[in-house]
Amino acid sequence: MTDLLEPRAIGQGLVRRDGELKVRGTATYAVETPVENPAYCHPVQATVARGRVTAMDTAAATALDGVLAVLTPFDAERLASTEDAEYAVLQSDEVAFRGQLIGVVIAETSEVARQAADSVRVTYDEQEHDAELAVDHPGLYKPEKVNAGHETDTAEGDVAAAMATPQRDGGVTLERTYSTAMYHNNPLEPHATTALWDADAQFLTLWDSTQGVHPDRAAVCEVFGLEQEQVRVVCPYVGGGFGSKGTPHANVMLAVMAARALPGRPVKLALTRQQMFFLAGYRTPTIQQMQLAADRRGRLQAIAIDVVEQTSRIKEFAEQTGVPARMMYASPNRRSTHRLAALDVPVPSWMRAPGECPGMFGPEVAMDELAEELGLDPVELRVRNEPEVDPETGKPWSSRNLVRCLREGAERFGWAERPRGRREGDWLVGYGVASSVYPTMRQATSTANLRYADGRYVAEIGAADLGTGAWTILPQITADALGVDVGDVDVRIGDTQYPTASVAGGSSGTNTWGSALVVAARAFRDKFGGSPDDGDEISGDVDQAAKDDAHAPYAFGAQFVEARVNADTGEIRVPRLLGVFGVGRVINPRTARSQLIGGMTMGLSMALHENSVWDPRIGQVANHDLAEYHITVNADVGEIEAVWLDEHDPYVNAMGSKGIGEIGITGTAAAVVNAVHAATGVRVRDLPVTLDKVLPGLP
Amino acid sequence: MKPFAYAHPGDVAEAVRDVAAEPNAVFLAGGTNLVDHLRLGVARPDLVVDVRTLTSREITDLDDGGLRLGAASTNSEVAADRRVRERYPVLAQALLAGATGQLRNMATTGGNPLQRTRCPYFQDVTTPCNKRQPGTGCSAVGGYTRYHAILGTPGALPDPTAPETCIATHPSDMAVALTALDAQVHTLGPAGVRTVPFVDLHRLPGDDPSKDTVLEHGELITAIDLPPLPAGARSAYRKVRDRASYAFALVSVAAVVHDGDVRIALGGVAHKPWRATRAEEILRGGPLTDHAVRAAMDAELAVAQPQPGVEGGNGFKIPLAARTVAATVRTLTEEQS
Amino acid sequence: MDADITLRVDGETRRLTVDTRTSLLDALRERLGNPSPKKGCDHGQCGACTILLDGQRALSCLALAVAYDGAEITTADGLARDGELHPVQRAFLERDAFQCGYCTPGQICSAVGVIDEFEKGWPSHVTEDLTGEPEITHDEVAERMSGNLCRCAAYVNITPAVQEAAGA
Repeated sequence: MTDLLEPRAIGQGLVRRDGELKVRGTATYAVETPVENPAYCHPVQATVARGRVTAMDTAAATALDGVLAVLTPFDAERLASTEDAEYAVLQSDEVAFRGQLIGVVIAETSEVARQAADSVRVTYDEQEHDAELAVDHPGLYKPEKVNAGHETDTAEGDVAAAMATPQRDGGVTLERTYSTAMYHNNPLEPHATTALWDADAQFLTLWDSTQGVHPDRAAVCEVFGLEQEQVRVVCPYVGGGFGSKGTPHANVMLAVMAARALPGRPVKLALTRQQMFFLAGYRTPTIQQMQLAADRRGRLQAIAIDVVEQTSRIKEFAEQTGVPARMMYASPNRRSTHRLAALDVPVPSWMRAPGECPGMFGPEVAMDELAEELGLDPVELRVRNEPEVDPETGKPWSSRNLVRCLREGAERFGWAERPRGRREGDWLVGYGVASSVYPTMRQATSTANLRYADGRYVAEIGAADLGTGAWTILPQITADALGVDVGDVDVRIGDTQYPTASVAGGSSGTNTWGSALVVAARAFRDKFGGSPDDGDEISGDVDQAAKDDAHAPYAFGAQFVEARVNADTGEIRVPRLLGVFGVGRVINPRTARSQLIGGMTMGLSMALHENSVWDPRIGQVANHDLAEYHITVNADVGEIEAVWLDEHDPYVNAMGSKGIGEIGITGTAAAVVNAVHAATGVRVRDLPVTLDKVLPGLP
Repeated sequence: MKPFAYAHPGDVAEAVRDVAAEPNAVFLAGGTNLVDHLRLGVARPDLVVDVRTLTSREITDLDDGGLRLGAASTNSEVAADRRVRERYPVLAQALLAGATGQLRNMATTGGNPLQRTRCPYFQDVTTPCNKRQPGTGCSAVGGYTRYHAILGTPGALPDPTAPETCIATHPSDMAVALTALDAQVHTLGPAGVRTVPFVDLHRLPGDDPSKDTVLEHGELITAIDLPPLPAGARSAYRKVRDRASYAFALVSVAAVVHDGDVRIALGGVAHKPWRATRAEEILRGGPLTDHAVRAAMDAELAVAQPQPGVEGGNGFKIPLAARTVAATVRTLTEEQS
Repeated sequence: MDADITLRVDGETRRLTVDTRTSLLDALRERLGNPSPKKGCDHGQCGACTILLDGQRALSCLALAVAYDGAEITTADGLARDGELHPVQRAFLERDAFQCGYCTPGQICSAVGVIDEFEKGWPSHVTEDLTGEPEITHDEVAERMSGNLCRCAAYVNITPAVQEAAGA
């Protein structure tokens, strides 16, 4: 149990500290960094999905006025480490996926750089590619582990036996296959870097759009054989990331390479929106084969999920899609497996709630289907399968309020009077529900420095604010830990000049950085008392914070959806979406609400719109721009409400808070699909749910 | 993006001469599609001739009770014009269903109908496309066909390697309304002025999918006339799309109903705005019941060719088109009764 | 090919040389050092580059700078006058109508354009009665703001912020 902070600044809905800069547009993002005499980069990409580059004719490019350098695999510098094949840019002539970086032009203007890159003529020795995921792909293999260090497969009891016998006594079994699409993070700020290599000082400065300046620096140091002291990464503002900026991608290495080819000259490299569909990570499509068995009262006797997904041939990323089904509901017999196909495709990576986001689709639709088979209220079905302890570890929950979230949500939403296929004018109306979950995580490393200067407390930590509110809420935490007014505290983030901080990922930022700040603040008070002297300074490390391993820490939630389906055209609208969450103590209700509704809206977007349409013939996303890769627009959004329970959790950290960046996107798509089913009777098991899929079931 | 010369001539005649004299020259108006294409490498002109401030921006009454839209009038201005809103709601609705406020402030009457297909393979210069690069083949056949044609295509399973194959659709909403309104297009070209019925402005791919329209090189749209609708006529535009806003049509319908007769134009289903003449013929004289309209549309769509492809192809457009037409006509006849 | 042009940007006259290929967006960002309009897609598909161009909201990525010689441009930065934020900017702050902030300057310029379009009585796709005067309702604002994507998805805060600033 931790020593919880007395909330004073915590709990206040303070306006964002970086807000004024953002509404004026004067907060500078990576590529906007004002530098003297910048040069502009434009990448060259492979146009085959697999093969070898046999020649690159750069004569036309180098002949252009204003071109400063053209780098290709045949002349680029050799990297210190090519262990991570995604980062090994221009190191070999091998093409592992269409769109791979095979060159870069550096020029005086962005227009000339682009023209020159377009003029590079490439010849290939093209080989047959394999870029189509299938549930029975012959190359399916079992990865050693899945993302975040989870076991690849788990099993308890005998699912097969339970599936074979439950029919007696009115029990039910269900076998269904669900699938989620390929998704691209598409932060609105394209991945971008300004880079400057000082050859005399052997020092690299990167203004990079990243969710973690320190992990970013570590990766660059590894690839280029540099010491940490030789690299500074700066990133005060991030124009969204949702995981894609959680690890650097190949574009960062290319920018560094370009800077090193042009010592003393800052270079700017921003990916185009189209290039983001090849180079900036994405969420793998998933195929989820579900098995459920339940007795007639709805008590689960078996739950199994067998997941098939893809990774790239050159680098493995195994999304942990089967993980949430391991712990959501009680069942004596359980199984989860993950199998991957390694294809000639771009490298998948983190996207908001990897694992939980796709992994709360199949199971939560399956629960709805099971409720229907049993003639039970889907809320009640979930309540009946509430586990007393974490089914996976056997540990008690740090706090679990799923049932309260379901009940409270049902009450607020009018669930008891839910329509089933009710027709209102031209619209068919239905309600749907699904659960949400996200683990509460804390990273092992992060250090905060705290000093007293000119009458103010100044904390420094290399944290990131990608819109999450870190600029605003870290001072709230620090102020309460110090017992001072939040207005007397400055927190500086986004620079490797500040102490090491973990990545903003896994909804762990506030837990981790906040814990380090609390350690520092408490140590500061212990050492210097209530009236410190100018220059008093101390640091605090997250590993000095109390850590509880005896409980299973998770945030839970329930989402309710009203779907309306046009009876003529099948157009689907969601006028109402409600999420009720148990996320511990909320530090800033204003920014927290934005995080939750943002996640829910992205979940709505995943349900109705998002789909990177893969063309396996050529090995690329066909709809690789924002006109055709649809993300939800303002008009798609009606009423979206996020509320949270007053939840006390003394085990998670000194703030009593759980991460909130990701839980909002989990379960939403299932709730939408369940609502569309209630409206139309059509059960859509492959996302997105679009009008063509419901059309055959309309009157 | 390849370099180009930019010219801003003094008047329309000079602009036409400039473009006519340079085989690789293009007109620039609002730029919402051309600038997009310059950056993608889809358009690679040597000379860009800016006509945005040269043609008329006025919307004027015609003696016959119709309206003349100057080529430089913006989509926003036309949609907001009181006369258009009252007399041609189908046009105002089509314009307002297209693009976004920012784009409508830039896009023009002359430019909008000349925007090019949003076929993703057309817009990606790394994939073969007969429209962009004649003779290279059609990447869309067997690929992502959700936004592609079901009418006016070369057959059930077009040969993707044939030089004439193209299953692209025309993306303009405005053009669908103008097709239903029997609008007339005034042009000035190297050979002088002429008037083209709007319904004949756009082509089917035929043997040359690179040509979207019947306009000659250097021929500039100067105005579009809307003929008067009969007293009591009602019109509406219905766009069905994957997002509630800011998305191209899967299927769209422009309908004009008068005295039991109906005019129907479809968007999102063909290389050009599709006038459903067969259905109109069947429905002539009414009654315009749901059942009758659906049956007439079934006849219209009897020749439709669904295009298979990834994500299930586009066969859903056949029932969707029939249903959407029926729903649109129903709205107009219900209002009437 | 280069051209010399003059732009009025946020009240200041700026002379500059541009490539004929240079968009207004790149002219502002790369040549004049004004980062306020953002580049999200460079193809008119996201709205992040929205500016007020001769008083109307427009996409600076689809405008060739050379074609707008002499134009009057207002960016979100220019909407704040004498250190005072524009009412739309204040409403965005109060409603937390943004997270990462990257789409925000474009949203704000767009909102100012939307309010002006309401004042002119312009209809939208969701205006029921085309012959009447549109009202500043949630649905009207949401439709009119749909040209500005927000990946952080602050839409449920953006719409009331715009309504509030419009005095609805």
